[in-house]
Amino acid sequence: MRTASRQWPLWEVFVRGRRGLSHQHVGSLHAPDAELALRNARDVYTRRQEGVSIWVVPSANVTASSPDERDAFFDPAADKVYRHPTFYYVPEGVEHL
Amino acid sequence: MSAVAADPADVAVYALRLGDDALVLAQRLSQWCSNAPELEEDLALANVALDLLGQARMLLAHAGEQEGRGRSEDDLAYLRDERGFVNAGIVEQPNGDFACTIARQLLFSTWQHALYERLTRSADATLAAIAAKAVKEVAYHRDHAEQWTLRLGDGTDESRTRMQAGLERIWPYAAELFEADALTLRLVAAGVAVDPVPLQPPWDARVDAVLGAATLVRPQTSWRPTGGRTGVHGEALGFLLAEMQSLHRSLPGVTW
Repeated sequence: MRTASRQWPLWEVFVRGRRGLSHQHVGSLHAPDAELALRNARDVYTRRQEGVSIWVVPSANVTASSPDERDAFFDPAADKVYRHPTFYYVPEGVEHL
Repeated sequence: MSAVAADPADVAVYALRLGDDALVLAQRLSQWCSNAPELEEDLALANVALDLLGQARMLLAHAGEQEGRGRSEDDLAYLRDERGFVNAGIVEQPNGDFACTIARQLLFSTWQHALYERLTRSADATLAAIAAKAVKEVAYHRDHAEQWTLRLGDGTDESRTRMQAGLERIWPYAAELFEADALTLRLVAAGVAVDPVPLQPPWDARVDAVLGAATLVRPQTSWRPTGGRTGVHGEALGFLLAEMQSLHRSLPGVTW
């Protein structure tokens, strides 16, 4: 017999929409385990036919970047416009590009 | 084509019985709204209630049509008294704690799923169509109840004690679900109704498997309360109907 924990763990919910190609993060919920998290996600996030597939991931398993690291993480990309594919000359008559 | 044509009056009563099962259980489950142990379960139980309410509406509307006395689904839901309700006793049982509600869900959903599965082949096209839609909903209700039975039974000492107590409380009322009276048998002969008697062995097997996996004990009882199908109910149904019908009876035909 296990002892009851005070609160159910948190799960992140990803739903793939009817026309979607990838799962999108839609929110989080509490559930005692993965199987019930999946069912709770069905009841909380797909009751209006929002999805055809659900993933649930323990929130504790998500490693997130820290707001403190934002400058170091993201600002250096700001002035590297050459990383966008806008500098290439596309010859006349090239199809399917 | 069936050899015997079904009497519309019989079909009306049969649809009313199934509709009352769904309606009364929907009302019971709605009483969990804002009271469930967790927000997520609040939604889960409300979803189950709404599925059942949808089934009840279709079944009561069909009963009204077959009856041919001009009664609408609202007339049937809101203007019949306790003795006019023909639901099985199990669905009117008070919610108790969460484990007791899960016990009621497990025993009833397992039966209802088996019934609807076979009702999809009914000679009555409307009943068959309602069953085809409802059987998917009830598959989820059954799964929800099984998942929780496993977790509460094979959980903590407290949850196991409560789950076993809930089963003991609800168990005697399951027997009525498998009773077949003369009306049911006439409709079985006409290919309209499902014979409930052969549903029992697979019901037993499925419920026993869940109870076994959940380390729960199948209750032993010889008490078989019955009478719901002829309008004889316990004291709990009157209070439920009073709450459900009060608005419509105070303000006839009210909509919003």
